[in-house]
Amino acid sequence: MSDFIAQIAERVREHAARKSPLRIRGGGTKDFLGATGAGEPLDLSSYAGIVAYEPRELVLTVRAGTRISDIERALEAEGQMLPFEPPRFGEAATIGGTVACNLSGPRRPYAGAARDFVLGARIVNGKGEDLSFGGRVIKNVAGYDVSRLMAGAFGTLGVLTELSFKVLPRPAAEATLAFEMDEAAMIEAVNRWAGQPLPLSATAWESGVLRVRLSGAASAVAAARAKLGGADVPEGADYWQSLREQALPFFGGDAPLWRLSVAQTAEPLGLTMPQLVEWGGGQRWLRGEAELGPMRDAAQKARGHATRFRGGERTAGVFHPLAPAIAKIHRRLKEAFDPAGILNPGRMDNF
Amino acid sequence: MNALALPPAAPLETRRADVAGRLRECLPAGAVLVSGEDLRPYECDGLSAYRQTPLVAALPATEAEAAAVLRVARETGTPVVARGSGTGLSGGALPLADGILLAMGKFNRILEVDPASRTAKAQPGVRNAQITEAVAPHGLYYAPDPSSQIACSIGGNVAENSGGVHCLKYGLTVHNIQKVRALTIEGDAVEIGCDALDAPGYDLLATITGSEGLLVLLTEVTVKLLPKPQVAQVVLASFASVEAAGEAVAAVIGAGIVPAGLEMMDRLATAAVEDYVHAGYDLEAEAILLCESDGTAEEVAEEIGKITEVMRNAGSTGFRVSGSEAERLKFWSGRKTAFPAVGRISPDYYCIDGSIPRGAVSKVLRRIAELSAHYGLRCANVFHAGDGNLHPLILYDANVPGEFEKTEEFAGDILELSIEVGGTITGEHGVGVEKINQMCAQFRTAELEQFHAVKAAFDPPGLLNPGKAVPTLHRCAEYGRMRVSRGQLPHPDIPRF
Repeated sequence: MSDFIAQIAERVREHAARKSPLRIRGGGTKDFLGATGAGEPLDLSSYAGIVAYEPRELVLTVRAGTRISDIERALEAEGQMLPFEPPRFGEAATIGGTVACNLSGPRRPYAGAARDFVLGARIVNGKGEDLSFGGRVIKNVAGYDVSRLMAGAFGTLGVLTELSFKVLPRPAAEATLAFEMDEAAMIEAVNRWAGQPLPLSATAWESGVLRVRLSGAASAVAAARAKLGGADVPEGADYWQSLREQALPFFGGDAPLWRLSVAQTAEPLGLTMPQLVEWGGGQRWLRGEAELGPMRDAAQKARGHATRFRGGERTAGVFHPLAPAIAKIHRRLKEAFDPAGILNPGRMDNF
Repeated sequence: MNALALPPAAPLETRRADVAGRLRECLPAGAVLVSGEDLRPYECDGLSAYRQTPLVAALPATEAEAAAVLRVARETGTPVVARGSGTGLSGGALPLADGILLAMGKFNRILEVDPASRTAKAQPGVRNAQITEAVAPHGLYYAPDPSSQIACSIGGNVAENSGGVHCLKYGLTVHNIQKVRALTIEGDAVEIGCDALDAPGYDLLATITGSEGLLVLLTEVTVKLLPKPQVAQVVLASFASVEAAGEAVAAVIGAGIVPAGLEMMDRLATAAVEDYVHAGYDLEAEAILLCESDGTAEEVAEEIGKITEVMRNAGSTGFRVSGSEAERLKFWSGRKTAFPAVGRISPDYYCIDGSIPRGAVSKVLRRIAELSAHYGLRCANVFHAGDGNLHPLILYDANVPGEFEKTEEFAGDILELSIEVGGTITGEHGVGVEKINQMCAQFRTAELEQFHAVKAAFDPPGLLNPGKAVPTLHRCAEYGRMRVSRGQLPHPDIPRF
């Protein structure tokens, strides 16, 4: 199978020589995400399979084309999970694409993002070199953390070929509670609770209803339930699954979907658009046509950034602009990993 | 801009006078040190076997002053080594003879505590433990707790991506910081990270964390805070062999438990600490485990029950559960003072930081025992068993000619052994100057070149802590030749596995 990596490296070298862009693809479930890329497809979906999984080490190594569904099945058989609860947006979703987009689900504020669980990455850089960074141990500070740098780089710095993760045991018990409250009260409440030793694992608020998920030891979940009150939501697991996959009615239809990632305690944005707030106030989804300027202003006022997540204009301005000095470092990093500029060019707007 | 710079070949004293003169133009009196006596406190960090007097030391107190120091460095082509509390264990803050030592000790204020968003903004010279002290009234704490936490600085923690005894459950520094403010060598003040849970663009925050001062100079760090667990309890378990203790570690994890802390110590280490702090350790045991549970009262009761059952099934020859907070702290006191305790039974000791898959622990400890016999040097083992981070402490006497060299060789063998079993040469102490040769064994040429390219993206002139953390290819070539000249593998007389 490592012949496959040699072939990928050869293909990248050949494209680098003639400065011909490559569009890296896994399951093709995230084409909607990021700016429209250019180039010939470079398909990783056949490079699939678990390389090593040692449940007692809490470490998993997989080929980048492995489907999330296959990984989750293997982990579930051992009572473990990918703690960042990655959304798939389609059955064909691969782990490579998930890490490239740094996609994390409802558990993110309480467990960590995809990047937090990446322990190692094998990549092919834009020069066609097969490189390994990080490793298969929990603690590792040898060299710069290039593995985590790959998370959220949308394939613009390297083709991910193999990835190692820290995994965790699945919680023994879960419960979902619902509360009726307005947005300001919700923001205050979820942040107050997050400052207390409670087994929170997700929050979501829409149309005046806050749902809270508790995960952990059965005794801890029961105690927190008694403490928080609220109404029991028996079909809670389905709700979180639908939220994670953006299958709730809120996400239906063709209206553009905006993602505002803001300070969790930021007060209500005051935009007159349908809104769903999750991540303890930190991730605010908005629906509808809107000008870029006011959306970015609203995000910035809330100490965060705005992304056109789905729909709308996708050729430029998908992501929040970077400060000039930060953009300068980005340009140089891109040059350092992909001097010919052939890996997913333009997928991150300017990179 | 460089027109006034002296040629690099200018004698050291001429350069010293020139750089000090320029620094004095922008820093207050007393903030530029040049005399040998004044520079002595800065000549080493926690790795005191390596010493070097810097060209000058600069002690800025504000971001503007720090920026001025970097400007002088840039204009004169002088390297800069930043230093926090100087507790680092890999020589990351070792000065350069021709470089400015930039001491960040005056950046010692906590700028903001925001209990609602569970964050605190601190200057880089603030001590790790100082943050937890400041936020404790809000029921919060900062989770990463390196053993040196009463002294080490948060800036140094970010530079090294420091860990501690609670990493398996709570993560490393990289998981517990939100944002930093920093200066680039080019003079830009940048915010890296975001007040939101993620930032647009590449994950520069992860890149600078653990970068050992080679990419940017930190001026502010915003850390994430966690609610202090209501209760913590620890199980102290004895084992008749190191292998049995290693199996128990795997069994705890295998039972779906993520303990707040899981530490192992071997007999030489427990004997040293017992003599020092009387932590109540079992001196008959070949190895002991400390396994901590924290959380709500209900959670801890449930988890401690599970842990004791696992220990019993794993063949523990005896265990005790802390019955009070005082007893819990007493059990931990031995582990936390392991380094100074070992310091009492040997004139000198050398700490190693290999990180290995937990499954390899028995093999690695057995091999270390063989190497110990081969070199004729005792070795006490202290192990963050939960996350696979091993700290063998080699006991030696620097006054015995040749013993330090032997110790370094022993250490190098352990690090290469760590790589061999699928681990890494450094789990949390950093590469610094100490492990720079082993980086040549851990990474291939193209990977090292990629690291150098990353550095150049942040620091084009290459003036921030040059020569540390990532070896030049030339150095690796030299190192490779040296090892080849000794024959195929080092110590062919020792059985390898």
